[in-house]
Amino acid sequence: MTELVAELLVPFSYNYMLKAMWVSALVGGVCAFLSAYLMLKGWSLMGDALAHSIVPGVAAAYILGAPFAIGAFFAGILASLGMNFVKQQTRLREDAVIGLVFTTLFALGLLMASIWPTAVSIQTIVLGNILAIADEDVVQVAAIAGVSLAIMALIWKDLMVTFFDESHARSIGLNTTLLKVIFFTLLSACTVAALQTVGACLVIAMVVTPGATAYLLTDRFGRLIIISVALGVSTSFVGAYVSYFLDGATGGVIVTLQTLLFLVAFYFAPKHGLIAARRRRLAATEAAA
Amino acid sequence: MNAPVEAARAASTAYGASIAIRNLSVTYSNGFTAVRDASFALDPGTICALVGVNGSGKSTIFKAIMGFVKPSAGEVRLCGFPVDEALKKNIVAYVPQSEDVDWNFPVLVETVVMMGRYGHMNFLRMPSRADRYKVDEALERVGMSAYRDRQIGELSGGQKKRVFLARSLAQEGRIILLDEPFTGIDVKTEAAIIGLLRELRAAGHLMLVSTHNLGSVPDFCDRVVLLNRTVLAAGPTAEVFTQDNLERAFGGVLRNFKLGGRALHDDDDARHVTVLTDDERPLVFYGDRTRQGSDGH
Ligand SMILES: Nc1ncnc2c1ncn2[C@@H]1O[C@H](COP(=O)(O)OP(=O)(O)OP(=O)(O)O)[C@@H](O)[C@H]1O
Ligand SMILES: [Mg+2]
Repeated sequence: MTELVAELLVPFSYNYMLKAMWVSALVGGVCAFLSAYLMLKGWSLMGDALAHSIVPGVAAAYILGAPFAIGAFFAGILASLGMNFVKQQTRLREDAVIGLVFTTLFALGLLMASIWPTAVSIQTIVLGNILAIADEDVVQVAAIAGVSLAIMALIWKDLMVTFFDESHARSIGLNTTLLKVIFFTLLSACTVAALQTVGACLVIAMVVTPGATAYLLTDRFGRLIIISVALGVSTSFVGAYVSYFLDGATGGVIVTLQTLLFLVAFYFAPKHGLIAARRRRLAATEAAA
Repeated sequence: MNAPVEAARAASTAYGASIAIRNLSVTYSNGFTAVRDASFALDPGTICALVGVNGSGKSTIFKAIMGFVKPSAGEVRLCGFPVDEALKKNIVAYVPQSEDVDWNFPVLVETVVMMGRYGHMNFLRMPSRADRYKVDEALERVGMSAYRDRQIGELSGGQKKRVFLARSLAQEGRIILLDEPFTGIDVKTEAAIIGLLRELRAAGHLMLVSTHNLGSVPDFCDRVVLLNRTVLAAGPTAEVFTQDNLERAFGGVLRNFKLGGRALHDDDDARHVTVLTDDERPLVFYGDRTRQGSDGH
């Protein structure tokens, strides 16, 4: 028994594991915060697009020896601008525009990685590997996530009004354009951070699933954010912990945990869950009979 | 008029709850000019109807007042300020068209009304006791207190309208814009909303209401702006809301019934009745006097 406990506590005795766990938790929390908004506006795929578009930026940063976050960040901004430009100049729908821009940039990233194969391990970008994260990357990721979290905590209500009813937001004197720019800048930055923990393929889950789960559990936006962040933090922390025993694949574990919790909410949520709905329908038919 | 009402009116006249639109033209990015050279001015303590066919530019005028579209010529002044400045001062409240609201958004009725108070709070938007009181009061006034914990999608059309009206009450904007507040609501709710607008008028607010509900315009609007991509006529209801002007504004679109002589009554009275209707409540002209059909179609 004590042996089992000792075994379970092993991850906490390694510095790199401790680092991985709290960095994951921080990133998971801030991504979950953003997910509360993305999901509501039907912008969920934007997170995915950004994550993939960032790949060439990261590759370029490695090649030039610059901090990866800078390359990623510029690629993210480039992607947002590209999407906006194509959308304004054509009649294409949003999904087509997003698809066009992100696959183009992703392909460019793969191309760069195959031309300069030693410069960058594309697998690190696509799959992420928090367990092997370098110290200077920890600083970058923690700074991005920490600052984003602080900004979101300050402006969450203004963003809520802006996304709910932009005309009203303007009528109370909010600068809605600035707020949206801030939001998407934070999203780009946090996608970069999440790249390190779960990789480009799974970032989408980090910025959708916690918000979607919380949406099933409450009708109050404030609570939705709290639930979402709690889910993001706990699944990311536990995911990093569990991945020690599974030898890597942190992203896979984190996202699997998040999906499991979503399924639980999907069935058992007190108001919007499947079982609750069935129970209400049953009660209604009985009352009618 | 009693003293408190006069005082309230004087107080807000001091602020000058006014709208002045001078030679306004709005051209959309596709090159279409939706409004050309429109001018009108409104004073505090007024309910003004904005009337015109679909596509005549009513919503465009609202967008210009809210600063969503930049005028290609002319200007909009609210209480004497340019639009951006007026918005920063929390002068304008806006009651949106129902189609423009995301009813699945996870917010409760009371949260929506509280949003009206955000402009009065510090940047963290922490409600004070006064803010909570104003929200309670606004919900009470529109008769929605019992529904304060509902998610906004779980309401009927008329209840939804009242929630957004409550928000504009809580906001205490001196200018209130209402985009088609009467579509899809029953006569009782309509009467309640009109009653509320009258109270606000007595308190010195200025309301601009776009509506297709011609029948009730003479009932509660002191002024009318007739629109068809420019201002056809603007002024006191009695002068502007005439059969001639309406026919000019609506062209062939308006349904127009003329009943007279023996079709109407069994005597030789030569007077006739004209019924004008857009899509909702009809407007009835009896002989040459203006009357409105207050009991529906
Ligand atoms: N974003 C836009 N881009 C281009 N043209 C537009 C845009 N919005 C509106 N229009 C055009 O401007 C004209 C005025 O539109 P507006 O929405 O102001 O009409 P409205 O009077 O509110 O009509 P309704 O009674 O149907 O609400 C219409 O012909 C419309 O096609
Ligand atoms: Mg309109």
